[in-house]
Amino acid sequence: MSEHILSIIWLTPLVGMIAVMCLPKESKDLIRYVANGFAVLGLLVTIPMIRAFDSSNGDFQMVERHDWIPALGAQYYLGVDGFGYLMILLTVVVGWLSILCSWSSIQERVKEYYAFFLFLQAGMLGVFMVLDVFLFYVFWEIMLVPMYFIIGIWGGGRRLYAAIKFFLYTLAGSVLMLLGMLTVYFKHYEQFGHYSFALEDLLRVAAYTGPDMQFWLFWAFFVAFAVKVPMFPFHTWLPDAHTEAPTAGSVILAGILLKMGLYGLVRFAMPLFPKGATDELTVQLVALLSIVGIIYGALVSLMQSDWKRLVAYSSVSHLGFCTLGLIALNPNGISGGMLQGVNHGLSTPLLFLAVGIVYDQRHTREIADYGGLANRMPVYTVLFAISLFASMGMPGLNGFIGEFTILRGAFEVSIWWAGFAVLGIVLGAAYLLWLFQRVMLGPITNPKNEGVKDMNLREIIVMAPLVAGCFWIGLYPKPFFEILEAPTTKLVERLDPGYFSRNAAEPADEAVQLSRLLPAETPASE
Amino acid sequence: MMDAISFTLDDFHVLKPAIVLCLFGCGILLTDAFLVRRIGQRWLNAVTALVGEAVVAAILLQYLPDVRSGGALTGLAGSVVVDGFGVFFNVVFMLAAALAVILSARYMESEGEQRGEYYALILFAQAGMSIMATGHDLVVLFVALETMALSFYVMVGFLRDSKRSNEAAMKYLILGAFSSGLLAYGFSVLYGISGSTSLAAIGEAIAARPALDWIMILALITTSVGLFFKIAAAPFHMWAPDVYEGAPTPTTAYVSVASKAASFALMIRLFVTAYGSVAEAWVPLLAIIAIATMTIGNLAAVTQSNLKRLLAYSSVAHGGYILLGLVAFSATGLRGIAIYLLAYVFMNFGAFALIAALRRDGEAAEELDDLNGLFGRAPGYTILMAIFMLSLTGIPPLAGFYGKYYIFLALLGEGYYILAVFAALYVAVSAYYYFRVIRACWLGEAAERPASLDMNLGTRTALVASGVLTVLIGVLPQRFIDLAGESVLAALR
Repeated sequence: MSEHILSIIWLTPLVGMIAVMCLPKESKDLIRYVANGFAVLGLLVTIPMIRAFDSSNGDFQMVERHDWIPALGAQYYLGVDGFGYLMILLTVVVGWLSILCSWSSIQERVKEYYAFFLFLQAGMLGVFMVLDVFLFYVFWEIMLVPMYFIIGIWGGGRRLYAAIKFFLYTLAGSVLMLLGMLTVYFKHYEQFGHYSFALEDLLRVAAYTGPDMQFWLFWAFFVAFAVKVPMFPFHTWLPDAHTEAPTAGSVILAGILLKMGLYGLVRFAMPLFPKGATDELTVQLVALLSIVGIIYGALVSLMQSDWKRLVAYSSVSHLGFCTLGLIALNPNGISGGMLQGVNHGLSTPLLFLAVGIVYDQRHTREIADYGGLANRMPVYTVLFAISLFASMGMPGLNGFIGEFTILRGAFEVSIWWAGFAVLGIVLGAAYLLWLFQRVMLGPITNPKNEGVKDMNLREIIVMAPLVAGCFWIGLYPKPFFEILEAPTTKLVERLDPGYFSRNAAEPADEAVQLSRLLPAETPASE
Repeated sequence: MMDAISFTLDDFHVLKPAIVLCLFGCGILLTDAFLVRRIGQRWLNAVTALVGEAVVAAILLQYLPDVRSGGALTGLAGSVVVDGFGVFFNVVFMLAAALAVILSARYMESEGEQRGEYYALILFAQAGMSIMATGHDLVVLFVALETMALSFYVMVGFLRDSKRSNEAAMKYLILGAFSSGLLAYGFSVLYGISGSTSLAAIGEAIAARPALDWIMILALITTSVGLFFKIAAAPFHMWAPDVYEGAPTPTTAYVSVASKAASFALMIRLFVTAYGSVAEAWVPLLAIIAIATMTIGNLAAVTQSNLKRLLAYSSVAHGGYILLGLVAFSATGLRGIAIYLLAYVFMNFGAFALIAALRRDGEAAEELDDLNGLFGRAPGYTILMAIFMLSLTGIPPLAGFYGKYYIFLALLGEGYYILAVFAALYVAVSAYYYFRVIRACWLGEAAERPASLDMNLGTRTALVASGVLTVLIGVLPQRFIDLAGESVLAALR
């Protein structure tokens, strides 16, 4: 069993999908129980991975490797390091919660819904553990299909438009990535005389490729990941998809799918083409796009009258931080960017879940239709406030740790980057607090809001793990930085071989030290 | 070559598939007239045709040991050569013809045109195609091409009471005859250049010529344009949508898969063997035509509301991709063409099988809207349809992906980066219209009197088999890549 830990993790939801498909479509409750059962099972099967994972080891762990298509050199090749490990944990948790939160909001075509959701879950988990570029592409593409249906069948009014837009944008990005993949694969063949898609084989190609070629290849990959992240100006699919998707779809989109872009950058685009990633033009352009994304996302969020759209645009702003951190190309920036990805995966699903709870009762997303909800929904108000603060970067919650680390990384490169990013934080506080004021505070002006009910137990159970995660990372981020440290060090070493000897005065794990410096975040057990 | 006309066993051996097909075709005509018609069970003709396909399959299996690892069987003084390339294409034709026969049994019954001649024509067309893939001589190739084309003209117009079917046949006949004329003219120029009708001799003569002069360009252009018509490459694709729409649906599927594959087989033979030495002249020409074909096919498909027209334009676009495999002019490119065509048989036939079965009040329902809400009525088949559409788009891990994979790889390997980017971005465009089909099936609201699926056991089997193979080739492609990819390389030897 122990040599198949990762296979079991991604196959569990797939088995769940097949099980759901075998059930009769009339017995909706049975389908719900089975689907939720498999979601919980999906959590449980990660326990062996958690036990076996060694965060001090920078190599890939729990590796599984078999020939798949020898003619192409494609392998069934799985393994995790710190980046993938965190993302897998995030995926099983957020995936479980989004299946749980669909219990009462999905009443039509229940069977297909859960089948697609479990299929999506399997695809996402696969993306985070494959080390074969070909197989990565397979998972990357296949997971678009269930997402298309989830938005298209169970979405809001403009769901058809949003679903196909999502699909086409992502597909256009990924076919360019396919060309990049094939080019580096062909170069590997020219150099070494055999076909292979294994990541470690393709990593060797960089030494034989010129800077110009690497620049173009990096961008071929980058466009695919930038669409997914999404970076300005590739973000236009996101507001539509997030707004029209059902609550659970938005949660998965914001929580996991966007992280695939970040993950793809650190796993493939950056290490495969170090000269492309560190190219002066690339760095400046990506930083510029990130900063524009941060400010633009925040400004557009300020203008939104649709609650869900506001949250959607806030993702553009928050993910701008993550990419800014990554392109700073130093340990703080990269580990901060990845941690902020996890943070966003906890806090933005909370915001979408919050919208979903009142939407299920009132069937409107207009902010103006609400007001004074705090009077009727005390528990909801508290949880919503925590989500906002987490998203905003309030010290003591997760967003602060991520943003702070990214800012340190950005500052190391340029004071301007950090300056603009801080402006984004201020704007973030503005639109989030203003949202809170408009929907929660004041008297109830709209009589329809008189009858809203507070959260039920299931809804609290859905939100509680995410809130706990926000506090955990906010108060005690050390384990997370430890997990990220080894792969980050490895990546920085590859991108900038002299980095650590140049900065010998500053220890490599300064991000970890940072968490020790802040007294409030050091628990008594230390 | 002309001095001794003697027919040996070797000659018979290389012609076996075509001979068997002709015999079975004639057999169907006779049994239909004297036996089957009297019993009134005319679907029995389809069974006879399938037996014929089984015999062809046995013959192809018999060829296998001889053509493995680059061997070849030569007959008729070198004008017919059975090599890996020829056998592979014959397998494609056999699969397509068998599927066409199976679909037709039900479809022609419903249309009230259940006749033995139709099945005989399927086999005659296949006989022509069989030689198109093995012929090495201009005259042989031309006769084979015409055998195929003439059979298709009749099959397209087989719905005698349908105006559209008649119109389609007329259009196909006139444009087809025109393109055959151009091709024959080009062949005559080639004969003038080389003094021989053998492809190998022509290749040597062209390679020995000092430079590319106007007479060579004339030959190149006339033969290319003639073939562009046959593979429906833009701007010579205009007949395709009308013919595809008007023809009986199983014929549409057969024409779109088999006639395209056969024309490509002829084209590859001609360009590789005869024009190999002047590649720098035709590669840019083919590249431009390929881009134009993908552009027109993909963009025109986006606005279609008729399913058969939509798939017609999609088929034009696929022709563009396959042409790019020839543009790369490498072993990888040829492999790509072979795998592309093999996958195309299953995914395209699968899609057409579903359309052929779609009926409202006994009338064929061929509009995109007729698919609305199909999921509620036939979830299993709707999932299959989604698989075919995703495979046609080129989503991994489905069969259609590997053709595109190899063609992209070939383009990148030869340094055609811009072409590759064009081809890749058109995948996203094509996703739009394939998803219109998926959208109608899964998300559309069912009409008041929804169209239903009218199937017999054969159609069901064909549909499920196509679906299973589309997935199987996708998930475990190794064997198919070995068989298809390696056998076509014989064309380069």
